[in-house]
Amino acid sequence: MSVQSEGAPAHRPTFAALSARDKLAKSAPFLLLPVLALVGLALIGTWPTWLTLTVSGLAMGMMIFVMASGLTLVFGLMDVINFGHGAFISVGAFVGISVLAGLGDWTGAASLALNIGAVLAAVIAAMAVTGALGWGFERVLVRPVYGAHLRQILVTVGGLIVIEQMIHVVWGPDEIFLTRPEMLKGVTLFAGAAVETYRLLAVVVGLVLFVAMRMVLRRTKIGLIVRAGVQNGEMVEALGYRLRLVFVGTFVAGSALAGLGGVMWGLYQEVITAGMGEEMMILVFVVVIIGGLGSVEGAFIGALLVGLLQNYVAFLAPKLALVSNIGLMTAILMWRPEGMLPVVRAK
Amino acid sequence: MSEPILKLEGIETDIGRYHILSGVDLEMPRGQVTMLLGRNGVGKTTTLRSVIGHWRAKSGRILFDGQDITRMPTPAIARMGLGFVPEDMGIFSDLTVEENMTLAAASGPLSPKRRDRIFAAFPPLATFWRAPAGTLSGGQKQMLSIARAMAEERRLYLIDEPTKGLAPAIVSTMAAALRELKREGASILLVEQNFAVARALGDRAAVMEGGRIVWTGAMAELATDAKLQSRLLGLSVEGV
Repeated sequence: MSVQSEGAPAHRPTFAALSARDKLAKSAPFLLLPVLALVGLALIGTWPTWLTLTVSGLAMGMMIFVMASGLTLVFGLMDVINFGHGAFISVGAFVGISVLAGLGDWTGAASLALNIGAVLAAVIAAMAVTGALGWGFERVLVRPVYGAHLRQILVTVGGLIVIEQMIHVVWGPDEIFLTRPEMLKGVTLFAGAAVETYRLLAVVVGLVLFVAMRMVLRRTKIGLIVRAGVQNGEMVEALGYRLRLVFVGTFVAGSALAGLGGVMWGLYQEVITAGMGEEMMILVFVVVIIGGLGSVEGAFIGALLVGLLQNYVAFLAPKLALVSNIGLMTAILMWRPEGMLPVVRAK
Repeated sequence: MSEPILKLEGIETDIGRYHILSGVDLEMPRGQVTMLLGRNGVGKTTTLRSVIGHWRAKSGRILFDGQDITRMPTPAIARMGLGFVPEDMGIFSDLTVEENMTLAAASGPLSPKRRDRIFAAFPPLATFWRAPAGTLSGGQKQMLSIARAMAEERRLYLIDEPTKGLAPAIVSTMAAALRELKREGASILLVEQNFAVARALGDRAAVMEGGRIVWTGAMAELATDAKLQSRLLGLSVEGV
């Protein structure tokens, strides 16, 4: 960027150095991840077990992040609570898995290129369908209930139920079992531990997506508008930007990402049901809340925390696994009632 | 005289159940600074917000440079060349000063010439160009808010209490910047409680009372007529 401060005055005020305490408070959410991983290592004791659990926790976290990222921006931009988000996860999974089933020759071949090609085709189809569905959902259901939270909840839960039932109509009432493409089935030896190949792939995809999203939010004008809109939508409009259009775009992108998350989650579990999206929404909401409403970075850290904790606890004390995430949410909200990295001030 | 840059005809605006504006009529001459004065709560901010469309006028007409903008969406009004500085400054605090300015230049990149002009008027913005706007002091935020309005060629500026709560030294920086804008022939509708600033900057004055405009005239006339001031504004005459 060529923007330099030629016109700067001669005096050069400096920022007062932050005290160690302030610095720690600022970066604390980012430190939680390594701290949790280290505590996990200490309690689990053996390196290969810990590594396997960590990779699977990160994989799970990445997938939850993919599903949650759109939801947190939708809430931040327009203060819209969308319980119907889970429907896009389910629809994405069903569309994606159907495409994979249709490409049986590609998924059955022992060729990484063909396998990836099939998964890519499935992902594109799923994202196209859920993106389009999101567009219709926003237009028909969400638009009439702006600014009314209770009605948003009722209407979007209604939409969720209708879409779930439509899945039953199209794909039948039973769950669908599937097998992953040939090359994504096995395990990879990685730093002395056997790790499922697919989980590594999920981690890579999630990471790439997070970095790409951050780039868009930080480096492009659309990204600036979204970040500014989360803080003060009225002012963004007063500067001449049509926030509504940006919001619809975000809603569509968020729905498409939920669809992608659905495909990834379906391949991970190797079974899909119409209710899978609804089940995932509990974790997705936990992540959005502890991350801080409207914050993509917060959702990212939150999702990884949830994934890691769930996997560690399931190994160490299986009975506690069910409550671990709610426990995490309680602890974080007691520490920071607005979430770890809040962007939207409490309204 | 040419057509007014802004003309309000019988604007009535409600906020929720409250009737705030009850028929505001105003004609703002082009290329002048019009001061919108009056006690707290008489509807000055609501008038500005009704023009930009943040609150919708229930009845009446708003003409911006001859065009009816009463029902136009806010972004379209802004794109017609209206710079708005809200009372709360509307700073995007998680964005840097630079990013705030990038957004303010909606139709293209901020021109180096404008940037230099802004830096000359508000040197701290150059110093903190890459810093998050949330870390600026109150006065610096106000500078940024006005700088954003200056990021592009505007036909009209709406500026709501730019000196509210600021230290005297910063008030004079602000006044100097506004005087510079005025010298370039900008049309400004300015809400200002600081009568000294109002007297120094204003060409015309419009005084509000109870949701309508009760007096309009030359600022000079109001400034020299202590009785009028005390009747319209409740000023303790020589207090300013």
